[in-house]
Amino acid sequence: MARKILRINMTDLTATYEDIPEKWAKWAGRGLTSAIVFDEVDPTCHPLGPNNKLVIAPGWVSGTPAAPSSGRTSFGGKSPLTGTIKESNSGGLSSQKIAKLGIAAIILEGQPKDGKWYYLFINKDGVKFEDATDLLGKGMEEVDRIMWERYEHKPAVIGIGPVGERLAANAGISVNDPENNPGRYAGRGGLGAVMGARHVKAIVVDDKGGPGVEIKNMDLFKKGRKKLTNAIMTHDLTKKGGGLNAYGTDVLMNIINEAGGLPTRNFSSGQFEGAAKISGEMIAEMVEKRKAGMTGHACHPGCIIQCSNIYPGPDGRIIASPIEYETAFALGANCGIDDLDFVAKMTKACNDLGLDTIEMGNTIAVAMEGGLLEFGDKEGALALFDEIAKGTPLGRVLSNGVEATAKVFGVHRTPTVKGQSMPAYEPRAIKGIGFTYATSTMGADHTSGYTIAPEIAGVGGKVDPLTYEGKAELSLAFQATTAFIDSTGYCLFIAFPILDIQEGFEGMVESVAGVMGWDISANDVVEIGKEILKMERLFNERAGFTNLDDRLPEFMRYEPLPPHNVVWDVPDEELDKVYAWVHES
Amino acid sequence: MQVEVRVFATLRRYLPELGIGEAKKVEVPAGTTFAELRDLLGLPADEVKIIMRNGLQVEPEDVVQDGDRIAYIPATGGG
Repeated sequence: MARKILRINMTDLTATYEDIPEKWAKWAGRGLTSAIVFDEVDPTCHPLGPNNKLVIAPGWVSGTPAAPSSGRTSFGGKSPLTGTIKESNSGGLSSQKIAKLGIAAIILEGQPKDGKWYYLFINKDGVKFEDATDLLGKGMEEVDRIMWERYEHKPAVIGIGPVGERLAANAGISVNDPENNPGRYAGRGGLGAVMGARHVKAIVVDDKGGPGVEIKNMDLFKKGRKKLTNAIMTHDLTKKGGGLNAYGTDVLMNIINEAGGLPTRNFSSGQFEGAAKISGEMIAEMVEKRKAGMTGHACHPGCIIQCSNIYPGPDGRIIASPIEYETAFALGANCGIDDLDFVAKMTKACNDLGLDTIEMGNTIAVAMEGGLLEFGDKEGALALFDEIAKGTPLGRVLSNGVEATAKVFGVHRTPTVKGQSMPAYEPRAIKGIGFTYATSTMGADHTSGYTIAPEIAGVGGKVDPLTYEGKAELSLAFQATTAFIDSTGYCLFIAFPILDIQEGFEGMVESVAGVMGWDISANDVVEIGKEILKMERLFNERAGFTNLDDRLPEFMRYEPLPPHNVVWDVPDEELDKVYAWVHES
Repeated sequence: MQVEVRVFATLRRYLPELGIGEAKKVEVPAGTTFAELRDLLGLPADEVKIIMRNGLQVEPEDVVQDGDRIAYIPATGGG
C-alpha cells in the first residue's frame, strides 16, 4: 500500500488521508518534514500563529522488520526559538508505529475556533479528536501513564508538558520510551510550542492491524540490513560492551574535558574540575553501586546500540531516564554543578515539564552569570523548576531560553547562533563544530554536522581541532550526510561505525534503496542530503536570514578560552564557503 | 622524569586502581614514546584510539616530555 499523508486540520477538526504528491514521494523523515514546511509554511509567518504547521514523519526504513536502530521520528515546522526552519528528531515508540500505519507524514495545521484543547488518537481506523481539558497542566509522566491506562496495545504517546501549553520557545515534544517514560525528546527549537499553538496536548498512536511498510526490493533491503548490522556490532564504539553501550553518550564527558572543549560556567572555560563526577563512567558506577536502574537501555524497540540509561537515586528509586552527555554538560558543567543526582533531578523536571535540557541548562547558566544565583548552586538551580512549573513570571522567562533570559538579566555572553544555544562542544577549541553551529539551517546544533567524530574521536579520519583549514568542506560533508541519515529513520549514531566501515555505509544505503525501490549507491548520499539542505537554506533566506546570521557570538572572538587560550579566529569568508553552492548553477 | 596518565571508559579496566578521572604518576626514562608508555601500562594497542598530551592529540611514536598530562582514549562518540 502506498504511503499516505495524514492531514489533520484543527480549525474544522477534520482528518484526511491524501495520496502523497509526486514532489514529496521520494522523501521521508527530515527530508519530508523540510519539503512539506518549505512548500506549505510561509517563511515569514509567526511560529505561534495560525499559519505555522507541525509535520511529523518517520524515516525511510522506520517500521521495516529488524532494520537496526531505526526508531527516529522527525518533527518539523518553523521554530519559535530561532525563526528558522526546524527539524528535531527523537527516539521512542512513535516512528515505527506511524510508519506501520502506512503514514508518510502527519501534517498538523490550523487552530480550534472554540479555543478548546484536544488530544488525538490515531489507529488503523482513522483519527479521533478527544477533549483534553482534563489533561491540561499535567506533566508528561502523568500524561503517558494516563494514555497507557486509557488505551491498549501500549501506544506511542507524543506530547507536550505545561511549558508547551504556555507556548514557550524552549518547549520540546516528548515521545514515550518502551517503559512509557517521557524521556525521549524532539527537544530543540521549541516545536512543543508549535504543537501547543494547535491546541493539541498529545497524539496517541496505535499501529495494531496497520498495513505495515511496503518494501519494494526485499533482497536488497535484507542485504543492506545485514551489512549495516554487522558494522554496528563490530565497531568498538557501538558493539555490545563498547563505549556507547557501557557508558552512554556521557562517555564523552571526560574526553571532551581532556581536550579542553567542555563548555563550563556559561562558556567561560573549556575544562570543568568536576567533570569526572558527572561522567558516563560515574553513571555506570552509580547503577552498579545502587543496584538499580541500568545502562545499555534501548530507547526504542529494535535498537542494537542501546546507549540510553535509567539513573537511580541513593535509595534505589529511579530518578530519571536518560542522562545524556548533553544533559550532564548543560545542567552540570555549564552551571558549575558536579552532582549527578541533581543533574538527574533537573533532567526529570525537564522531561516532565516539557523542556529541552540543552537550552534549559544553558539558560540557568546565563541566569547564574546574570546574578540570579551562584554558579554551582544546585539547590537553587533545582528550585527554578518550581517557578517554571507554577508559571511564575520568572519561570516563564526561563522557559523561553538563553537569549530571552540573557536580555532580562543583562548578560552579553550569550552562546547562541540564530537564537539557539550551543551544545556541549566549545567551538573555540574545536573549530569544525563551530562551522556547523554557525552555518547549520537549525541554529547552533551539533547533530546537524558532527565534525567531533574526526576532530576528537578519530572516527571517519583524524583532523586537528584547533585549526580551521578545510573545515568548511568537512562541515558541509557532515551536514549533507546527516540530512540523509536524518531521513532514514536510523539513529544518527550509526554514523560512527559506517564512517569507519565502508561496507556498513553501503549497507545503510542499500537498505534505503531496498525499501524505496531505488538504484542509488553510497556516492549519492551527499547530493541527496544537499537537496534537503537547500530547501532548508532557501526557507531561511525567505524568512530573512543572510550570511551575517551565520556567525558565532562576538565574545568568542575576543575572550580566550582556557586551557588552550584560544579565540574564534575563523574568517567570515571561510564560514560563507559552507553554503556558497546553494546559489551556484 | 615523571608524567601523569589518565585512562577513560573501556580502558579503565586495565588500571582498575584508579578512580574515575584520577591520574597515575609514572616515572619514565627520557626518550620514551607514547606507544612504549602505553605498553608499559598494559593498555592493548588496538583498544587505544586517541592519545592526548596536555589536551592535544599526539601520535604513538611521539616522545613523552617531563610533566606531561597524558590520556589514552578508546573509541568514543555520542552527542
